[in-house]
Amino acid sequence: MAQALLEALNLEVRYGGIRAVKGISFVVETGEMVCLIGANGAGKTSTLKALARMIPSSGEIHYGSERIDAVPSHALISKGLALVPEGRGVFARLSVAENLAMGAYHRSDGAEIAADTERVYGLLPRLKERMTQVAGTLSGGEQQMLAIGRALMGRPKLLLLDEPSMGLAPIVVQKVFEVIRSIAAEGVTILLVEQNARLALDVCSRGYVMESGCITLADTAANLLADSRVRAAYLGE
Amino acid sequence: MDIFLQQLVNGLTLGSIYALVALGYTMVYGILGLINFAHGEVVMIGALVALAVMKLLAASGLPLPLIFLIALIVAAMACMVLGFSIERIAYRPLRNAPRLAPLITAIGVSIVLQQLAMMIWGRSYHAVPSLLPAESYEVLGAQITQLQLIILLVAALTMTGLILLVNRTRLGRAMRATAENPAIAGLMGVDANRIIAMTFMIGSALGALAGVLVSANYGIAHYNMGFMLGLKAFTAAVLGGIGNLGGAMLGGVLLGVIEALGAGYIGDLTGGVLGSHYQDVFAFFVLIVVLVFRPSGLMGEKVSERA
Repeated sequence: MAQALLEALNLEVRYGGIRAVKGISFVVETGEMVCLIGANGAGKTSTLKALARMIPSSGEIHYGSERIDAVPSHALISKGLALVPEGRGVFARLSVAENLAMGAYHRSDGAEIAADTERVYGLLPRLKERMTQVAGTLSGGEQQMLAIGRALMGRPKLLLLDEPSMGLAPIVVQKVFEVIRSIAAEGVTILLVEQNARLALDVCSRGYVMESGCITLADTAANLLADSRVRAAYLGE
Repeated sequence: MDIFLQQLVNGLTLGSIYALVALGYTMVYGILGLINFAHGEVVMIGALVALAVMKLLAASGLPLPLIFLIALIVAAMACMVLGFSIERIAYRPLRNAPRLAPLITAIGVSIVLQQLAMMIWGRSYHAVPSLLPAESYEVLGAQITQLQLIILLVAALTMTGLILLVNRTRLGRAMRATAENPAIAGLMGVDANRIIAMTFMIGSALGALAGVLVSANYGIAHYNMGFMLGLKAFTAAVLGGIGNLGGAMLGGVLLGVIEALGAGYIGDLTGGVLGSHYQDVFAFFVLIVVLVFRPSGLMGEKVSERA
């Protein structure tokens, strides 16, 4: 049995008086690919933002052997925790190469960074073609690739992915998910948030279903795909 | 023609100083969306600190340009500490407050600094010793002094250095990333507070440099000199497109030239009714025209973000 890389206990996020995440607990084990699915507004993005310390939350977050719920956001990447935010969040005014360089901001091993840059360009050849282009001029799919490539530049152990399929054409979504699959194959632990439940459950081994701030189901992806409630609510059957 | 060239030289000199000050406004605006109205006072304190150092070293027997250089460095360091403190004490606690709060605080800081300077240096005008060579050359009928050449050269070198810093270094990249999206830059490991502090310090050092140069140019320094200079540099930053470094440089130089040419010709244009002491009118006329017709400034276009 693998050990837990990430564990949330009673995680709660409030916006003013509204509880967006109502004390949820979940585990992601080392090497796993787990998804958090649910409708718009269920609290998935808030959960990821809390994990990455971008918004305040209560409850405990354990990462590896330490508690990170009091660690500032900017100290997480050097511990190996990276988030690809919803809506990509590429730096529109920076070039593709500069965006990738930002991903390695916390590192000072120049030669290794150069090697990783080549590795990312190898994985995402489209980015290499557009290396000097300003990121704001890329297509949505290219921006998503760039956001993922940028996160890889930080050599993450745990990658949090927020709605990588959002706003992309189906064929582009397929490509993005191929890339995600290959990242997982390299041993990176992934927590994937998706509205597209089928897509997420196809690539992940386990899943959590979130509904209005609570986790309502937790099971293997195969069982969730077969679950009548999931089929009715999220798979359109 | 002589007047034109002469005023062009004067305008470029003045404009390069405006540009240095405008950069301080625009850098802070770019990263925080805050107009640091206390920046003009930082410029003034730079000038007065440098003057104090010059007086202190006057009897030391050191070569004059070396004294000037030491005064400049001390002033820059003093202003970096000042800029850092202003951000830490006055702006950081208001980082998430409504926009009006830090703006009013900025005006408050400006008043505090001005009064403080008045208490330290008094209300009188101080003569700034001419430590730099003042011989002049005649170029096509216009006089250009060595001091003016030095100002132009120093300003050009400093701005080139700043452009390289912002566009070619790790720190500069982090500054641009933070300006665009501090939360996402944070995910990359950028400590936004550190970057913001650095931005204030760099802007303040440029301001100190401008203060030293402008007081050397006019041979005068006083506790109130930062007000008008700050306002004009702010105008220059708006003219170029606030938040845009190249815009601040262009806006500063343009404003200096417009002002100098305006002052040179206003007498002729109005048949002697208005004299060159109306030169300040031009800066603010430019500000109004820009705000009405091109509020984003000359270079203030944003890269469109595609979803």
